Amino acid sequence: MMMTSSRASDANTAALDPMTPRFLPVTRRIRETADTVSLEIATGDSGDGASGFRPGQFNMLYAYGVGEIPVSISGDPAVTDRMVHTVRSVGPVSEALAKLKRGDVVGVRGPFGSSWPLAEAAGFDVLVIAGGIGLAPVRPVLYHLLKRRAAYGRTALLYGARSQQDILYDKQLDVWRRTPDFQVRVTLNHAEREWTGDVGHVTGLLGKVRFDPADTIAMVCGPEVMLRSTALALMDSGVPAERIFISMERNMKCATGFCGHCQFGPYFICKDGAVFRYDHVRDLLTIREL
Amino acid sequence: MKGIEELLRQHPFVQGLEDDIVRMIAGCAKNVVFQVNQYVFREADAADNFYIIRHGTVALEMFVPGRGPFTFLTVKSGEILGADWLVPPYRCSFDARAVELTRAIAFDATCLRDKCETDHHIGYEMMKRFIPPLVRQLQTARFQSLEIYDDDKLQSE
Repeated sequence: MMMTSSRASDANTAALDPMTPRFLPVTRRIRETADTVSLEIATGDSGDGASGFRPGQFNMLYAYGVGEIPVSISGDPAVTDRMVHTVRSVGPVSEALAKLKRGDVVGVRGPFGSSWPLAEAAGFDVLVIAGGIGLAPVRPVLYHLLKRRAAYGRTALLYGARSQQDILYDKQLDVWRRTPDFQVRVTLNHAEREWTGDVGHVTGLLGKVRFDPADTIAMVCGPEVMLRSTALALMDSGVPAERIFISMERNMKCATGFCGHCQFGPYFICKDGAVFRYDHVRDLLTIREL
Repeated sequence: MKGIEELLRQHPFVQGLEDDIVRMIAGCAKNVVFQVNQYVFREADAADNFYIIRHGTVALEMFVPGRGPFTFLTVKSGEILGADWLVPPYRCSFDARAVELTRAIAFDATCLRDKCETDHHIGYEMMKRFIPPLVRQLQTARFQSLEIYDDDKLQSE
C-alpha cells in the first residue's frame, strides 16, 4: 500500500537527517518503454534552489512497505520544484516504484554522490556516451549542455540501446537530433526493417561524430562491460584517460558511506562516486572480486 | 568519370597501400550502385564479391521465421562488406540490403584471391586490411550476444 499525499507534509518535517526519507508526491508518471517509467516528484522547493541537485547525483527512492533503491536523477537540473527519476522495472522495489501513480507518495533521501564535471568541461568538446538505461543519469548533462551551448566546443550524444522499443526518451532524442550544432547518434543491438540508423556496439559511433580527441571530455554511463570497452575505445581514439569520466554502480544501501555495501577498493560508490575519473578506477575495474 | 583506380585511392581501405598493388587489385574491381532496399547479396548466395562502401549504408540481416528480417550490423561509407569470400565454401551467411542509395566498389572474389595467392605480399597487405574490421565485428557480436544493455546493475536491488 502506498502512502497518500496528505501524509507527506507531516513526514517531511523530520526530513533533515540523510537517513530519513522525505515523503514527496508523484506529480506525473511518463511511460518511457514497456518496462520503464519516469516519475516526476514535487520537491516542495519554493524557488530558492534548496532542492536542487548536480547532474550525475542520485536519490534513494523508497517504495512504502517494499524497500529502497538508488535511482539517478534524470530531469533538468535547472528545475528545482520537481525532480524526475527514470525507473526500469527489474525487481520488487523498482516494480513498485514503476507502478506509482500521480498523487501517490514516494520516500526520497538525497541527493547523494559526485557529479559530472560540467564546469571542468567548459571550452572542451564534450562526448556523452550512454547505453541502455544509462541514458537517464546523463540526461541532466544534456539539458545543461544545450542551455549553455556556447560554453562548450563540439558536443555529441552517442547512445546504444538493445532494440528500437528500448530507446529511452525517443521523442526528446528526435528534438535533440534537430538541434543545430548538437550531434546525436543512436545504435541498436539489433533492429527490425523500419530502422534506418546504426546497428552495432556504441563504440562504433565514435568514428561517426566530429570531435578533437585532444580537447575532449567524455562522460560515459551504462553497464560496466560497456564502460570498460568505451573507455578503451576513447583512449584509442586519443582522448586522455584523465578526461574520461564514468558512472559506476554497485549495491548501494545507506548512500552515506557507512554500511560498506558499495565499497569499491578504497572508494564507496555512493559517497565518492557514482561519477569517477576513469584513471582513478581503471585498475580496479580489472579486479573481478570487487 | 573517375576511373576505378582513382575511386579506390579515395577509400580508407587502400590508404597506405603501394601504388603497384592498388593498380593490381583495381583490375579485379568495378563500380556498383545499389538502390534503397536492393539486396547486395542474400544468404546462401555464392560469395563472389567483396565490397568497399564509398557512400551509403548497408544493413546486414538474418531472416527469423515468424519475426521477419533482423539487422545485426550496419556498414557505412568507408567500411567494407563481406567476409565469406575469404573462406571456403565461399557462401554468403547473411543478407545484405542497401538502406539508402549506396555506391560501392565490388571486387571479383576469385580474381582477388588469385592475386593474393600468386603474390603473398599483396595477400599480406590485403589481410592486414581485412582483419581489423573483422575483429571489430567479432567484438560487436560478442557484446550483442551478451545483451549488455539488459544489465540492470544500474538499479541495484
